[in-house]
Amino acid sequence: MSDATQQIGTTEPNEAQFGDYVALLKPRVMSLVVFTAAVGVFVAPVAVHPFIALVAILFIALGGGASGALNMWYDHDIDLIMKRTAKRPVPAGRVQPGEALSFGLWLSFISVVMLGLVANWMAAAILAFTIFFYVVIYTIWLKRWTPQNIVIGGAAGAFPPMIGWAVATGSVSVESVLMFCLIFMWTPPHFWALALFMNEDYSKAGVPMLTVTHGRRETRKQILIYTVLLAPLAVGTAFTSIGGWIYLAAALVLNARFLLGAWRLWQRDEVQAEADKYAAEKKFFRLSLSYLFLHFGALLLQAIWVKLGMGAW
Amino acid sequence: MAFREEHEIHKRRFGRNVGLGLVLLTFVAIIFGVTIVKVSNGGMVEAFDHTVRPSITIPESN
Repeated sequence: MSDATQQIGTTEPNEAQFGDYVALLKPRVMSLVVFTAAVGVFVAPVAVHPFIALVAILFIALGGGASGALNMWYDHDIDLIMKRTAKRPVPAGRVQPGEALSFGLWLSFISVVMLGLVANWMAAAILAFTIFFYVVIYTIWLKRWTPQNIVIGGAAGAFPPMIGWAVATGSVSVESVLMFCLIFMWTPPHFWALALFMNEDYSKAGVPMLTVTHGRRETRKQILIYTVLLAPLAVGTAFTSIGGWIYLAAALVLNARFLLGAWRLWQRDEVQAEADKYAAEKKFFRLSLSYLFLHFGALLLQAIWVKLGMGAW
Repeated sequence: MAFREEHEIHKRRFGRNVGLGLVLLTFVAIIFGVTIVKVSNGGMVEAFDHTVRPSITIPESN
């Protein structure tokens, strides 16, 4: 958006449309935030009025979107270099970096204050910390500095179910920490699988992805290590108050598949990967998406099962 | 006669303006809905002027 007084009388083909502002919020990331936060609210032991829950999830999503806009503001220089991100509103020139910054800051403020007023200030405080973590710790500090960027930065994406839980209970507990850990430990194998077949993009932009700094062999090893560490956490959640046999069955199947996928990636070398155009890596990446959605789906199903009076264990 | 001359910028920004209008209307509806839910759910409602406020009243000792 440019100054209207300068624009009058000229046709501006590169002008931002409403959809560009929506794109600044990273809607695909928001869908994960909405889903995991909703599960966090629903599985909590305290009932929340449906309208309050809906509005709280909306503002959690808006907070997540705001951090996405701030990320696009800071990263517009490297977004321009990477093929995957070059068409985003800021690198494409439809939205000015300063606009993305003020848009993100205002939405951050509105989402945190509204979540505090609608739900409680514990949930609002965790949301504020999440935005800070994603923008300052991950985007500004870690992303361009260390190959461990997504390991620590992954925490930002792991907070939504914890915020959802806090909306209902006003506190943090073992269950919400385990939901956090599930996403936190899942993030490295998920992103490193992507980096294995998008390596060129990160190399060009100078982002120290593990594939760039330590090579693909090491990345494959790290994927396997994190998948092995993730499995007991994911399965162990079944034995808490939010778990049950539905979740346990889902977690056992999903983790067996995930471990098998990681094992296959570890056994492959670059010649094999080049030969089939990274088919196994792409398959593992898709599997990682369904892995997370199905774990949280299973938690949701388990909670519905319990609320219908069927019992947990 | 039109209220004011229609300019090309009005057409160009129509989608954006409609979108913003809908966002603002949604925000108003949310505030209204939350108010209704909070009030009807029996949360303590106190006046702040020239009235007794139970939450700050010191209980009498026996």
